[in-house]
Amino acid sequence: MLTPRGLQQRSHLLQAVRSFFFSKSYLEVDTPIRLPVLIPEAEIIPIQSEDWFLQTSPELCMKRLLAGGCPQLFQICPCFRSGERGRLHQQEFTMLEWYHTGWSYVELMDECEEMVRAVTVQLAAEEDARADISIHRAGKEISFASPWQRMTVQDAFQQYGGMSAGEAADKGKFDEILVERVEPNLGWQRPVFLYDYPISLASLARQKDENPEVAERFELYIGGVELANGFSELTDPEVQRQRFAHEIGSAGNGTTQQPMPEKFLQALADLPDCAGIALGLDRLLMLVVGAQTIADVLPFSERDL
Amino acid sequence: MYSASDLRKGLKVQLDGEPYIITDFDFSKPGKGQALYRTKMRNMITGNQFTQTYRSNDKFEKPDLEERTMQFLYSQGDEFHFMDTSSYEQIFLTREQLGDNLNFLMDNMEVQVLFFGGERPIDITLPIFVNLVVTRADPWVKGDTSGTDTKPVTVETGYKLQVPPFVVEGDRIQIDTRSGDYMTRVKE
Repeated sequence: MLTPRGLQQRSHLLQAVRSFFFSKSYLEVDTPIRLPVLIPEAEIIPIQSEDWFLQTSPELCMKRLLAGGCPQLFQICPCFRSGERGRLHQQEFTMLEWYHTGWSYVELMDECEEMVRAVTVQLAAEEDARADISIHRAGKEISFASPWQRMTVQDAFQQYGGMSAGEAADKGKFDEILVERVEPNLGWQRPVFLYDYPISLASLARQKDENPEVAERFELYIGGVELANGFSELTDPEVQRQRFAHEIGSAGNGTTQQPMPEKFLQALADLPDCAGIALGLDRLLMLVVGAQTIADVLPFSERDL
Repeated sequence: MYSASDLRKGLKVQLDGEPYIITDFDFSKPGKGQALYRTKMRNMITGNQFTQTYRSNDKFEKPDLEERTMQFLYSQGDEFHFMDTSSYEQIFLTREQLGDNLNFLMDNMEVQVLFFGGERPIDITLPIFVNLVVTRADPWVKGDTSGTDTKPVTVETGYKLQVPPFVVEGDRIQIDTRSGDYMTRVKE
């Protein structure tokens, strides 16, 4: 359970995030968290609520609002993923998600950097008004000074993984090598954006024109912690339907058969080019205040209840 | 059977016919990727450690482990003999198996002996608190400027620990066997 001071830090974070997005003319939305149909994702197990589900992400509803004519949206909301428990996971966590029409993932990386820096400065100002922005993790100082590093998934696998990303994916070892060899090395001097993921790992992202093997997807890493996942959004309903069918087909044990999100696919035809990103707000707070686990920055963790 | 989602620090599982305890555990899941259950395991018989990553569909057998209350009788060389207080059955564990437990083990002490597969004793659990007699204690030097408020003593098992200055040779003291720390002086 958070102390009054911890609650104050969390409240400051929420305020700082909101003021950043309001200053950029974003509209805040609050879409339903209990839904009859979710994004079919092979590796995410939803929690059922009667015959509906608790959302695993607000993506479907937010994209439908974008398709309906809203140019810029953000949302701060709880998301639920069954069985995910660990230092960086809770079954219920707080997601910050935002979308900008007319943008690709390149502009979104810039804005993500700007947002995290702005929020960190504001939180630091509440504490001791330091001029420089940096955080401390595992005895190291990580500078948030611009520009942040950008590295392709391919380069990261060559440098740290001992094999190419494609080879790792073919051997079914992409996740293992990413988690065990690549991630621990990422973002210790400055935050780093890893970008251009194998197309099979980006069901909702647009294929890169120059290289059909990869999708325009990125992840932000700070001190080995995966913080945000963004992409240029796929806007082709037919390609999206095929990718969803593949995800539904390869869902593992313990996953309820997921229905096809038909209303979403229908709306996708009206979705303009846009880019969107989801950021784990609990993880950001954990990094900024120097906590060891996200449970340490939640008002109540599962264990407290 | 356990599934990967049951894994946590302290859980005991059976791998290749031997019991293991998870000494370190971490759940990870890269964005859009598979859940990975990263563990460090210790073989409860040999003490060997290894690290292994498991996935959601991995399954684990429960090891056949059972605790019985037994009394420590005597030692002979490196063998330490115990007796089941209800069946009078006798077994022994080796010095190596007992490890640091020997710091606190006294004749006639009742302990929990852990058996694997019904027959094979592999470990013991001591009572949380034991009372031992101090066999050597240097007098507290008045005016000691080292700034410490404890002094070293030796108890009857040969174990050495730090205690408050008022403890003298012949005193009986209570020790927490989990930490090895002094708790209190025991009135006779």
